Amino acid sequence: MAKHKTPLLDQLESGPWPSFVSDIKWEAENRAKNEKGLDYQVAVDCPEDLLGVLEMSYTDGETHWKHGGIVGVFGYGGGVIGRYCDQPEMFPGVAHFHTVRVAQPMGMWYKTDFLRSLMDIWDLRGSGLTNMHGATGDVVLLGTSTPQLEEIFWELTHNLDADLGGSGSNLRTPASCMGMSRCEYACYDAQELCYNLTMEYQDELHRPAFPYKFKFKFDGCPNGCVASIARSDMAFIGTFKGAIKIDQEVVAAYVGGEIAPNAGAHAGRDWGAFDIKKEVVDLCPSQCLSYEDGKLVMDHKECVRCMHCINTMPQALKIGDERGLSILCGAKAPILDGPQMGSLLVPFIEADKDDDFQAIKDIIENVWDWWMDEGKNRERIGETMKRLGFAALADAAGIAADPRHVQEPRHNPYIFWKADDVKGGWDRDLAAFRERHQR
Amino acid sequence: MAFISSGYNPSKPMEGRISDIGPRHFSEFLPPVIAKNFGKWEYHEILEPGVLCHTAESGDKAYTVRCGSARLVSVSYVRELCDIADKFCGGHLRFTTRNNVEFILDDKQAALDLKAYLNSQKFEGGSYKFPVGGTGAGVTNIVHTQGWVHCHTPATDASGTVKVTMDAVFDQFQDMKLPAPVRISMACCLNMCGAVHCSDIAILGVHRKPPLIDHEYLDNLCEIPLAVAACPTGAVRPTKVELEGKTYKTVAIKEERCMFCGNCYTMCPSLPLSDGEGDGIAIMVGGKISNRITKPSFSKVVVPFVPNEPPRWPTMTKVIKKILEVYAEEANKYERLGDWANRIGWERFFEKCELEFSAHLIDDFRDPAYYTWRQTTQFKW
Repeated sequence: MAKHKTPLLDQLESGPWPSFVSDIKWEAENRAKNEKGLDYQVAVDCPEDLLGVLEMSYTDGETHWKHGGIVGVFGYGGGVIGRYCDQPEMFPGVAHFHTVRVAQPMGMWYKTDFLRSLMDIWDLRGSGLTNMHGATGDVVLLGTSTPQLEEIFWELTHNLDADLGGSGSNLRTPASCMGMSRCEYACYDAQELCYNLTMEYQDELHRPAFPYKFKFKFDGCPNGCVASIARSDMAFIGTFKGAIKIDQEVVAAYVGGEIAPNAGAHAGRDWGAFDIKKEVVDLCPSQCLSYEDGKLVMDHKECVRCMHCINTMPQALKIGDERGLSILCGAKAPILDGPQMGSLLVPFIEADKDDDFQAIKDIIENVWDWWMDEGKNRERIGETMKRLGFAALADAAGIAADPRHVQEPRHNPYIFWKADDVKGGWDRDLAAFRERHQR
Repeated sequence: MAFISSGYNPSKPMEGRISDIGPRHFSEFLPPVIAKNFGKWEYHEILEPGVLCHTAESGDKAYTVRCGSARLVSVSYVRELCDIADKFCGGHLRFTTRNNVEFILDDKQAALDLKAYLNSQKFEGGSYKFPVGGTGAGVTNIVHTQGWVHCHTPATDASGTVKVTMDAVFDQFQDMKLPAPVRISMACCLNMCGAVHCSDIAILGVHRKPPLIDHEYLDNLCEIPLAVAACPTGAVRPTKVELEGKTYKTVAIKEERCMFCGNCYTMCPSLPLSDGEGDGIAIMVGGKISNRITKPSFSKVVVPFVPNEPPRWPTMTKVIKKILEVYAEEANKYERLGDWANRIGWERFFEKCELEFSAHLIDDFRDPAYYTWRQTTQFKW
């Protein structure tokens, strides 16, 4: 017998898509049955009270969580999102309902023994509800009480060899696409670089020292499967120099209809026979492809590596051999002064594991030094870039200005010069000017 | 309940403390076929909706079965995923960047068997537990946020709006018949946690009333300068008010300059603004993050407001379905939704999708707004 009536939420149990309501109810039943005989450390009926408070929100169209909440574990300045219900007498099971962010393995690969151990901790010490995963990448353990936080952290670090993720004005939990683990487009080992930098900057992740939050994301290629260009202050996107490798025999197999274009991604509809001119050559954004005498010819120097031809004929076209990544800076959501995507800062840099990725770390640390000094309170680096200019960022990073830094040159002539760069400097004598020009 | 210690000693909190160990290294968790062929993949194929095959230089093949999940999932659900991974995949599984679940197998028939098994599993209420799909040119999982389940600033719910939208477009999750992939995202306020600003279709919670001001408590609970600095339009200023003979330091909000973003409430608990009747959803379209053919682009607002209609948000799902249907019908192969709208012109987009165009859709935020107006005589009747 459910604790609260939930007529509105019950309507979300129908329909084909997995119902979070059915799942929460299932968990509520399992906790009530308690077949393992656990001595639950937060209210047994916590999931029921969550449904109760959610039903109340569905009725009145307003959230029932109090503002903010500052909780955590000793030694760290973030990692836990505190939350308290604004109707604690009605829903005591969620009077405390804090979220614990747990650092996820890159590419979100798991073995079941690890996941089961994590779930065992959470079953005992939390609500039994999770988010797999948060948008930044963390495993999100959804709902526990303040006294359990240190206990959970102790079990995580001592028994699971796993740490908390980030929250607050710091380096948040980095995330990568699955990279080389299962993709032929990966231009560098995105997971390894992500892991290496996460470990290098643990202090910056756990103890807020920045003007505002800062995120890293790592995409193996410009397809952007972890959306780094839109969702990280510093985006690392794999790319290559040199020629795309073309296997003409396999191109012919595509043209002959032996291989489905785009790996079969459009198989649900009859788009007609594959037409290499229409589907590849004519769609190339830099028009650097042609198909002549049964051969696909590419002017590689003009290619912008958008991935379209490779995506469309993955068995025939391969990424080039001189591989590395581009770094783009400044992506953010709208608050405060409008959304931004990452702007290209470093067109090409190698991801050199043998050198512990030192060249990349040098750029990160240069950028951080600048932003930590210049950034205003709660100003994302994208906004600092807008306020102080892109050139100031590039200068701080130690990167020389490059036409690749712009989509187009400025069209206003409001150009700043430094006094040192102008012959004679700015110290001028009005009297001397007046000798040449009467008042 | 009796308190069970983990071993942590609250009287000596720093004793035995382990910190800064980060996540586990991913290599500990890779399935054998993945570990063996790491960085040596040759090509891939989508065998059927939800089933991928990757072929390595060695000739090894890894078959992936992808299934949808609600993201907000229980311990019991995760354990069931583990049971499946133990039974079919040697105890390995992964999650995608859009919160789907993937199982890796090294045999094609076993992968197809697993697909059938996953598609046969249902919750008691009748919904699929692990519907297989999410590959190729279809609709995959909706990146979303906390909503009324956990957050204090939402203008709508996340889990509910996502469930009803996925129900409405479910056939597109299990098929690959669109011109290109359609990414739908959801954020419950315009902090836009997640991917709303860069998705083909986006659901965004919005307010339409200025904050209430809790003058009596404000100075005690808020750093007033932070609340002032939090406003993108300069609508908040410090002031003093007198209530029952007592003077309070507080803020004043110029209501005609407030566009209800809620950022001052984020900074100051004494400025709540949620409102059952005022709050609802804006719908945005045309964003993308990949660099394929065209550059990444932001989503644009095409519906300024639909009301919150819990539990199933019928107006919202109707609009989304209509946009998706017209796009599916009209766009060229490989053309993302935003690329299609740019090609035909936004005036045509509104006409075809039968959406009302109102002044709310014309940008009026600072200098960049000008660049979104039409400085040309080129337009369609």
